[in-house]
Amino acid sequence: MELVGLASFLVFFLTLAGIYALVTLGLNVQWGFAGQFDIGIAGFWAVGAYTTAILTTPPSPFHLGGFGMPFTVGAAAATLLAALVALAVGRICVDLRTDYLAIATIGIGEILRLVLKNEEWLTNGVRGIAGIPRPFADLGRTGQALAFLALVLAAIATVHALLERARRAPWGRVQRAIRDDETAVLAVGRDVRRFRLESFVLGAAVMGFAGAVHAHFVGFISPEAFDPLYTTFLVWVMLVVGGSGNNLGAILGAFAVWAIWSLAQFVTAWLPLEWAARAGALRVLLVGVLLQAVLLWRPQGLLPERPPPPVVRDERESR
Amino acid sequence: MRIEVRDVSKAFGGVQAVRHCTLTVEPGTVTGLIGPNGAGKSTLFDIVAGFTRPDAGRVLLDGRDVTDLPPHRRFHLGLVRTFQIPRVFARMTVEENLRLVPPRQPGEKLFVSWLAWPRVVRREREIAARAAEVLELLGLLHLRDELAGHLSGGQKKLLEFGRVLMSPCRTVLLDEPGAGVNRTLLGRLAALIERLAREEGYTFCVVEHDMDLVARLCDPVIVMAEGTVLARGSFDEVRRDRRVLEAYLGGTLGAEAEP
Repeated sequence: MELVGLASFLVFFLTLAGIYALVTLGLNVQWGFAGQFDIGIAGFWAVGAYTTAILTTPPSPFHLGGFGMPFTVGAAAATLLAALVALAVGRICVDLRTDYLAIATIGIGEILRLVLKNEEWLTNGVRGIAGIPRPFADLGRTGQALAFLALVLAAIATVHALLERARRAPWGRVQRAIRDDETAVLAVGRDVRRFRLESFVLGAAVMGFAGAVHAHFVGFISPEAFDPLYTTFLVWVMLVVGGSGNNLGAILGAFAVWAIWSLAQFVTAWLPLEWAARAGALRVLLVGVLLQAVLLWRPQGLLPERPPPPVVRDERESR
Repeated sequence: MRIEVRDVSKAFGGVQAVRHCTLTVEPGTVTGLIGPNGAGKSTLFDIVAGFTRPDAGRVLLDGRDVTDLPPHRRFHLGLVRTFQIPRVFARMTVEENLRLVPPRQPGEKLFVSWLAWPRVVRREREIAARAAEVLELLGLLHLRDELAGHLSGGQKKLLEFGRVLMSPCRTVLLDEPGAGVNRTLLGRLAALIERLAREEGYTFCVVEHDMDLVARLCDPVIVMAEGTVLARGSFDEVRRDRRVLEAYLGGTLGAEAEP
């Protein structure tokens, strides 16, 4: 009995960590590849989650739709809409340098969240959207959980393969060059604006897709779920801990930080009563300390970035 | 390509960096641009390459007005520049720094890189061969996998010159190409510039403080002072020009008299 409980917790843990890994991969495109300081992660995540929620739930008097569409349509639309929102946002502020972009994206992330909270006709406001269908429901409880985990892992593998290919291709080379020195990239004839917009949109699309997967996993979403503390902040810690610029690092960081975050829950459960009320704050403190430690002792993360191997190599020896 | 600067002015706050400057760089020449510090040479470079917009005046490339064209579009007309303080991509390898440069890379489109990888590989093969050639020429082949940020100042200067050689551009603005490069290598670099101008029709405009290098390479030499052209002629001609001597000496003496 204990063992079954542990196994089902493990499946739950891996699925949620995997969803975080997808979001972290998205941030890695924006920050790791291109050096864009995006603090609006929660916004793109929420756009993805709400898009699929509205499209796939059965008709409801409390919010727009639902339209009862299948999960695949919801996830595709979520990816697309997050990309479109990023395109609109990016056209305005992608030219901003790192710190200014950070300020702009915080603002946009919060605006999106407030829209979701207040536009009741669209999202049912603070009461959220319930009954988001879970894929593979006909497989029974255990089968469903396992199938969903497999789906998440397959999504990670696919997104990782696409992003690693993009990083290795000349596209990724230009992105990394822009991160290092934008002016020199202009001097060799690349339209920096176009490339910055592309990486911003691609990263946001991945976040939107992850948001859709998340919505179908938890089955219920409300604006509460997109508190920047549990989305933007944690994802940033995951990328920094895992290794900015390294796609595998992004995945590893997500699993590692989520493990610590989850384990902290058990530790705080043993605390004396007067401390238990502060458990949530202690968890955040713990992750904050972890972030400090990594920045001090391993600033490049668990898996530091390495330049990708050349696409082809001219085997000429130096004389 | 002929570079024409017509009555260009540019001020930064209260500093008039360039004032009513008019000059021409004739195609096929190695034109030197010299002058005391603060004469406006680097600002003029920035204006010609499109990194700084002039307050007034026009810039023409082969007769085409490019004043409103952003820098990356000027590259595709055949104009490339280097920077006084080398700008290398520090977290990329030396070879990647070069491979980035050639235009028309299908792999710069995301969907091509996902769906038509063989096209990417084919173009990359051409680029790899050229990059190896350039690395060998500059004596950087043994450093090809090193991060560019780890290079010495002189090596970074060479890498910047390597980017020029990787580009299809035949009109080149060189900002102090000799700074920090050792004598032997500098000799080779000068010979290379001469050969490119003479045999392959390159046009160079060179800002340089090393007068030996200017004397060897540049004809004509344009002297700038206080944001405008003071003299133009062969190195020997401008060297004897009284106004030029005054500009250099006067500037120095003036600065010394200040405190």
